[in-house]
Amino acid sequence: MTATPTPPLSPPPAAMADPAAGPLAEARRLVEDRSLDTVRAWKAAHPGALAIGHLPIYVPRPLLEAMDCLPVALFGGGDQVDIIRGDSYFQSYICHLPRSTVELALAGDLDALDGVLFPAICDVVRNLGGMWKLLFPDRYSSYLDLPQNLDPALGGRFYADELRRITRELVARGATPLAERALAAAIARENARRDALFALDALRRRQPWRVPASEAYLVARAGAALPAADHRALLQAYLNAALQRAVHRYDNVRVVVTGAFCEQPPLELIRTLELAGCDIVDDDFQLGWRYLEGPIPTGAGADGIEVLARAYLDLGTATASRYIGEEEKGAALVRRVRRAGAEGVIFAAASFCDPALLDQPMLEAALGAAGIPFTSLKFSENTGQLQVIREQAGAFSDAVKLWGSAA
Amino acid sequence: MSAAPTPVPAPGEDRASAPAEPRAPAKDASQLRQKQLFADYFETLAHAREAGRKVVYTFVPGNVVELLGALDLLPVLPEINALQSAMRKRSAAHIAEAEKAGHSEDVCSYVKCDLGMLKSGNIGPTGTRLPEPDLLLLSYTGCFTFMKWFELLRQEYHCPVVMLHVPYQPDGVITGEMRRYVVDQLRHQVVPALEKVAGRQLDDEELRRRLTRSRQAEDDLVAVWESARHRPSPIDGYFGGVYYIGPIFSAFRGSEDAVAYYRELRSEVEARLRRGEGPVTPDGAAAAERYRLVVEGPPNWTHFNDFWRMFSREGAVMVSSTYTRVGGLYDTGFRHDAERPLESLADYCLGCYTNLGLPSRVALLERYIRDYQADGFLINSVKSCNSFSAGQLLILRELERRTGVPGGFIESDLVDPRYFGRANIENRVQSYLQMLEARRGRSAA
Ligand code: SF4
Ligand code: SF4
Repeated sequence: MTATPTPPLSPPPAAMADPAAGPLAEARRLVEDRSLDTVRAWKAAHPGALAIGHLPIYVPRPLLEAMDCLPVALFGGGDQVDIIRGDSYFQSYICHLPRSTVELALAGDLDALDGVLFPAICDVVRNLGGMWKLLFPDRYSSYLDLPQNLDPALGGRFYADELRRITRELVARGATPLAERALAAAIARENARRDALFALDALRRRQPWRVPASEAYLVARAGAALPAADHRALLQAYLNAALQRAVHRYDNVRVVVTGAFCEQPPLELIRTLELAGCDIVDDDFQLGWRYLEGPIPTGAGADGIEVLARAYLDLGTATASRYIGEEEKGAALVRRVRRAGAEGVIFAAASFCDPALLDQPMLEAALGAAGIPFTSLKFSENTGQLQVIREQAGAFSDAVKLWGSAA
Repeated sequence: MSAAPTPVPAPGEDRASAPAEPRAPAKDASQLRQKQLFADYFETLAHAREAGRKVVYTFVPGNVVELLGALDLLPVLPEINALQSAMRKRSAAHIAEAEKAGHSEDVCSYVKCDLGMLKSGNIGPTGTRLPEPDLLLLSYTGCFTFMKWFELLRQEYHCPVVMLHVPYQPDGVITGEMRRYVVDQLRHQVVPALEKVAGRQLDDEELRRRLTRSRQAEDDLVAVWESARHRPSPIDGYFGGVYYIGPIFSAFRGSEDAVAYYRELRSEVEARLRRGEGPVTPDGAAAAERYRLVVEGPPNWTHFNDFWRMFSREGAVMVSSTYTRVGGLYDTGFRHDAERPLESLADYCLGCYTNLGLPSRVALLERYIRDYQADGFLINSVKSCNSFSAGQLLILRELERRTGVPGGFIESDLVDPRYFGRANIENRVQSYLQMLEARRGRSAA
């Protein structure tokens, strides 16, 4: 079965300019800033302040901002980077993200960073953290161990200790010492950014023809090297513009895409799914932005590090790299599908991504039990051959449209 | 990398041997003892239900079997099931079964082998059915896949799970915070969960006795490892070494049996040392020692003896290896300690080889290359295991740079025979050994 031809993304009537064109162009500029020129500019404007990179999925960015550091989310090199040296550091059976990250670093594209954090997500990122120490012994880098034991007295305390350690290490390298008031303010800015992201998600769920996933992806990703307040402003500008668009509603299939929480698919792949008739109404792309489900609680007199630690325990989302204790595997995905009013799920995992691929059969079983159709594909960040994916997604959307299942 | 070899089959015994090859050499007393130990263990497991014994599934690296033993709980270690299946040529079918059920080709084959075995009736290595678990003890050391593995098993068994999250040692240092986190989990969650399953309280004295016995066995094992400093080495510290770690990495640490096994093994090795003998190989006494190698990475289990012979027939002896440290790194000084029961259990878990950051792994390998006067080192990079494999190409370069000793790089897998390209591997091994030979010639000239 071939894909049903679908119109291009949220097209404005031919003659009318898209009010979102400006914010989208800005987002694209930021996303394509491979050599981190915006980070250099930020550092020039903030002499002595540190820019700290971090790998997926989750790092508490407000902690860095509170110390006047610029957090910079690293997602690998995507399909824009030719791998020349990176491949000689990784065997063929390891995912693509670490090789393009090493490529960027060896090419000097990450030189604007004063340090990099490697959060506990999988063995590859963990070992990449060790490689970093060997490759760049003079630069700051640190592993951030995230707790799998979610008891506040156990994992919570350990995680707060980890955050305090990172804080000490950054101060030793010139970051501003942590002050409670600064942390509370940074948390408030982060919450405001997240409000804007959640508003974007909500609009996307309601009117995906107004906010296609490929655009939402771009404006979210644009925040990688922005302070939370600047990112919020961009999100808000895009949202306001999107609301002013003249749009047509299309009869696409509503899907959730899951599995791409770390290595990111090329933007063209997301567009391909849309062109194949899928409205992506929820996803786990760049999961770090939405890792906490809800605002970080704040309260007068609260110890900010304890607040961040507790938010991680209580609000962390179900994903492959997080142990969910006695909860039922897949139940969270079923809830997401229901909440988004989705009709099906597309599993999109990076090739050789152990966490995503080991999780997938359990999630599939839960979807099967809930009667939710699904299909699955694998990608790498530089996947160029999209025709097969388009046909597969088209067949899936046709099947769901016609029979309400992937059969 | 999970794993521990184990019992049967012993060197010369696996089905990888072609029928026309020499008969398996006579076994040492310690080999016979180990074989009996595991046979009895699987027999006990087979009758665990009738005997009213409780069963806890747990993993090799960072296991806390002293606690289980002190509560009379029987451990089952799924990695051992997987590697045993591979040595018996059953892993291909088990993996196919798991892939048919939707598991990706890309992921760790240990997991798939175990799941496939489960789906095929859960028949253990001695042909008897393994009992279902009363508890899954997810000790999470050195690899994230363990977490997924037990999530998958939990769906099959619907039994309780208790987790022990062991933090990673990125900088080769156990901090007070890390230790406290592990100790507190042991004290407040793991021990209570084990006591609940056992239906009784932990006897602290019994735990201490077990930790004391662990220490005795560890002393003897380290003496065995260090015997390889001599020329010729009386042991093969990789292929032979995986047998030596069988009891201590698995169900027996802390038991009288383990103490007796390691005492006997040590005295045999010391006797070989006195006689100037090399290791025992699949073909009997080793050829004269020509090359001394250090190995990084797990072995391939589907063609274990074939792989070994590629080296042993050329006089290449593995004088030390990191794989034999995955379930406990004792030769840097750690010992279980009856005076600090939970603290030393925590340090043990934290110190397993793949729980160490890459710089520490490089430093350890460098130390082995120097201490054991190796002519070269070999990396067997397995597709299954990101925990081991991600970063090994940098380890290769870094070690060559630091030591000036050349490294060889081979790719295979643990238990998936599709990734053991015999001709390719053999060619690489041959070329590598020839390169060592040529180098030796040059430096002699
Ligand atoms: S894509 Fe998957 S395996 Fe690769 S670094 Fe990310 S989480 Fe790890
Ligand atoms: S990934 Fe490696 S360490 Fe982890 S379970 Fe598989 S073989 Fe063992």
